[in-house]
Amino acid sequence: MDTKNNPQHVAGNGLIHRRHLLGLGLAGIGSIAAGSALGADAGMLNIPSWSKIPGNGPSEYGTPSPFAGDVKRLAGGPSATAPGSGVSRTPLHLLRGTITPNSLHFERHHSGVPAIDPAQHRFVIHGLVRQALSFTYEDLLAYPMVSQIYFLECSGNSGANTVATAGDTNAAAIHGLLSCAEWTGVRLSTLLAEAGVTDAAAWITATGADAASMGRSIPLPKALDDVMIALYQNGEPIRPEQGYPMRLFVPGWEGNVSVKWLTQIKVADAPAHFRDETSKYTDLLPDGKSLQFTYPMGVKSVITSPSGQMKLLRQGIHEITGVAWSGHGAIRRVEISADGGRTWADAHIEAGQQHLALARFRLPWQWSGAPAILQSRATDSSNNVQPSREIWMAAYNPANRYHYNAIQSWSVSAQGDVTNVYA
Amino acid sequence: MFMRKPVFMRALAAGVFTLSVASIGLAADLPANPVALGSPITEAQLADWDLIVAPDGDNLPDGSGTAAQGQMIYHQKCAACHGTAGEGASGSPALVGGSVSTTPPLLTVGSYWPHASTLFDYVRRAMPPTAPKSLSNTEVYQLTAYVLHLHGVVAEDFVLDKNTLPAVQMPNRDGFIDVSAN
Repeated sequence: MDTKNNPQHVAGNGLIHRRHLLGLGLAGIGSIAAGSALGADAGMLNIPSWSKIPGNGPSEYGTPSPFAGDVKRLAGGPSATAPGSGVSRTPLHLLRGTITPNSLHFERHHSGVPAIDPAQHRFVIHGLVRQALSFTYEDLLAYPMVSQIYFLECSGNSGANTVATAGDTNAAAIHGLLSCAEWTGVRLSTLLAEAGVTDAAAWITATGADAASMGRSIPLPKALDDVMIALYQNGEPIRPEQGYPMRLFVPGWEGNVSVKWLTQIKVADAPAHFRDETSKYTDLLPDGKSLQFTYPMGVKSVITSPSGQMKLLRQGIHEITGVAWSGHGAIRRVEISADGGRTWADAHIEAGQQHLALARFRLPWQWSGAPAILQSRATDSSNNVQPSREIWMAAYNPANRYHYNAIQSWSVSAQGDVTNVYA
Repeated sequence: MFMRKPVFMRALAAGVFTLSVASIGLAADLPANPVALGSPITEAQLADWDLIVAPDGDNLPDGSGTAAQGQMIYHQKCAACHGTAGEGASGSPALVGGSVSTTPPLLTVGSYWPHASTLFDYVRRAMPPTAPKSLSNTEVYQLTAYVLHLHGVVAEDFVLDKNTLPAVQMPNRDGFIDVSAN
């Protein structure tokens, strides 16, 4: 079979084999989009004005093209009762690739962004150690560092889809408490070794230098494994809203434990049971009990295009694309359905996808103009499979908003309108 | 307290020469931490700075307070957001009443929080939101006692201090399943 000119349908409602991602030439598109017009006549080309005059010179710090559209975080309004508290969300549907630009990394603050002078900032390790130690920012800059690409996801991300009625919102509003960056810093194990953790130690308790002094507890084995004190984000000093001059970074775990503006690690024999690990970030179950210290983020994926509040303007080939991630390892598989989960096809995942980082997936889709329900379902390297919404909701109290990782459904109407639905 | 020693001098002491030997292949000579720049500090130097109070009550400060003493300061500094009886308001959570068993559940300090230490710890470090850490330790004891009393956890004249607080039994103390080892 000439697969280039006869694209192989691999699942219902127009999904096409991933080998056609690169192979679909115009002939391929023409043959499968039979009946739909190709582009309009391109017309005569003239040399544009910007090719006739010199442009602006170099600048100290780059900014996006004014023509690139409104690629901005979705920021909530100020809190009336808790100054500085709130979130802004990454515009997932406006980004392609896997790295989140620093200006678009999501935010969650519990008492605003402190204006920290790094020369005055101190980071202290104390508690169950042989020698309590104080470090300056300059001290930490002198240590051997590691660079790793990791996703960061708020425990409350996607909680909007736990409510009874699906909101008519977009991918950022639902899933935008998710970002991915290259983090560079000093391994916490290096500094804990310098202080000398004693035999009684089992946990670390970490607090930030923000006005809320936000604190979280982390089991010692994780602290000694891959946790770092991050100083750089995508190569530049971490942004104030990400914890400048330093933050804890706890790969794969709910974002809240990656304490920003890190100032204190107290090594302890038990968790501190801070407010943000008892009152908040705990998962209420149907029987009234709650899960506590639910750290790794579950395997998850979301189609970012087409996604909520977009509109398909033509029939024919569209690339379905999105991101997948897991706090339990790397993404091994992403399946796509265009018929509400009746049939599935394997999406293409970019090669070299990394442990605890975002994966980008793609699959061509021939939209016939008929209504469709688009879904994605991720599987990670620990063989965890992303659950359906029905299964996830049955596991928790209906009031629980944390750790929602169920399959996202986008409805495509005959008019091409894409809407968040429960299916 | 935070006088810095010259980085170069400390790096010398910590093994720069060992590193230079290692660089020609004798990795076994590397110290565990080729760089060691932390300045020693004592717990006494951290006494006013370390605010962490865990359920065992370790690090609770001196001072004490009762609900009766806490009522006035609650009405001055807390009631505008949390309500005159801890019932909450738009944008501010209820502190007392409620149950995990209702539909929907109402999760408050009284109905949900498993440890009294968390209330003391959180109020001292983060409340009120407009002026965190402005309350004295005595005021935090008083307010903690008042909120616990509003939910009927302690009597109005119960003296909360570093000895009595760890023994306070919260209604939902058995409501949590620690899955950190999973």
